[in-house]
Amino acid sequence: MRRQIPLILTFLTGIAIFIAFFIPHKPFNEVQDILLDWAIIIAGFALLLGIHSLLRKHITHIKKKDGGWGYSLILTFFFVGVFTVGIFSAIQYKGYSLTPGSLLYFVYDYMVIPLSATMFALLAFFIASAAYRAFRARRLNATLLLIAAVVVMLGRVPIMENAFFNFLSRFSDWFMFIPQMAAKRGILIGVALGAFAMSLRIILGIERTYLQ
Amino acid sequence: MNFWKKVMKLNRRWIFLLIALAVFIPFLKPLRLPLSITKPAKDVFDAVESIPPEGPPLLIATDYAPSTAPELDPMLYALLRHCFVTKRRVMLLALYPQGAGMAQAGLDFILPEFPDVKSGEDYVFLGYQPGVQAVVMSLGEDVRLAFPTDAYGVSLDSLPMMEHVRNYDDIALVVDLAGSSIPITWVIYAVARYGQRLGVGVTAVSAAQYYPYLNSGQFIGMLGGLKGAAEYEILIQQKGYTEARQIATIGMDSQSIAHLVILALIIIGNIAFFASKSHKKKGTSSK
Repeated sequence: MRRQIPLILTFLTGIAIFIAFFIPHKPFNEVQDILLDWAIIIAGFALLLGIHSLLRKHITHIKKKDGGWGYSLILTFFFVGVFTVGIFSAIQYKGYSLTPGSLLYFVYDYMVIPLSATMFALLAFFIASAAYRAFRARRLNATLLLIAAVVVMLGRVPIMENAFFNFLSRFSDWFMFIPQMAAKRGILIGVALGAFAMSLRIILGIERTYLQ
Repeated sequence: MNFWKKVMKLNRRWIFLLIALAVFIPFLKPLRLPLSITKPAKDVFDAVESIPPEGPPLLIATDYAPSTAPELDPMLYALLRHCFVTKRRVMLLALYPQGAGMAQAGLDFILPEFPDVKSGEDYVFLGYQPGVQAVVMSLGEDVRLAFPTDAYGVSLDSLPMMEHVRNYDDIALVVDLAGSSIPITWVIYAVARYGQRLGVGVTAVSAAQYYPYLNSGQFIGMLGGLKGAAEYEILIQQKGYTEARQIATIGMDSQSIAHLVILALIIIGNIAFFASKSHKKKGTSSK
């Protein structure tokens, strides 16, 4: 029964949402509303499950003193710290912990935003270094990629207004809208067909790995 | 070691220094490089312009984290300015956990310019709700299903702006500012199912993947990266809506010069690669 009940629930909810998508009228839309309400509540609990999983993994690392356990200690320390600050701010500001002036808002504004932006900004330096070392016209495929990248980049970078750069800009737009999009569309159709097949397999109970 | 081999093995610290200079110098001495307005950016602007003032609201979803803020924050600021100057109503929500903080920070940045703009009357900030697909679908039935209150805990039923807003039928346009694949969820559930008009603002690196949706008309327009934000800033300034500091346009100088430096590095790297290859061949044949 431990396997049958989740399979039956998956089948019924999958079919209900599927029908409501194509027949958005009573009683299907009402059933859909109830299921959506449940889904939002379950998603909230999924966050708690994620927190539990994350902390368990890192606390185990710390206990066993595995390689890099210091990072796990930092993560756990700051998780507990920010969590406490969030709860404190929520109590102080009656539910909305990110109210300007709250301690959590301070942490978000002066720690989370600058740290995340800094991490992402470092990417520019590593991309430049990697492009210098790896972007070589070694073979035909690499040469084509290199030419496309140079033309699109030049087309996107406005240096001056003249016929050459206007042409590059138009060529870059054409490149993005025709060959690039054709390739992307092919990939997307493939992904969509795969997602459709996987959804059917899950609804019909053929694919059961999510139960493990 | 010959010259070209030395060039090929250039210490990466020099590259880092070049990029740092390329980014910093234009901030100190703006170059004001030309910037053309692309059709996808103009389409987003026109779609916002087509919303009647004090009519149905524009819904902005801030589905991004601080890591992508330098590209997406200027879009949020420009959209908020555009709406507040022209008395258009705005709803804000986040489907991404850190997005609520971005929306709040955006409001805090823009609201001091508009002392008359009031929460609940001119804008409503709904906050964050987990369950991306479920939330996007529930907005099609009733906003109150996913967001019974605004982010500050005030019931939506008590907010004057929300009096006539029930679902997508009452929302003029959705603009999703995203650093992830969430725009696809909006396409699947809000556009395909409910016929909602959708525009997006995305990072430059992810813009390429969204062209099919733009071409099919599922996106009414797209702001791509810092350039898209700069184009929007120029559009609202051309209309005379604002004289505020254009942070994306200023940043474009740095981005353009950094791109040029990367291009130059790629070209030098390839020249060095072929030169050292031919040098090696000559050395082998002479032996």
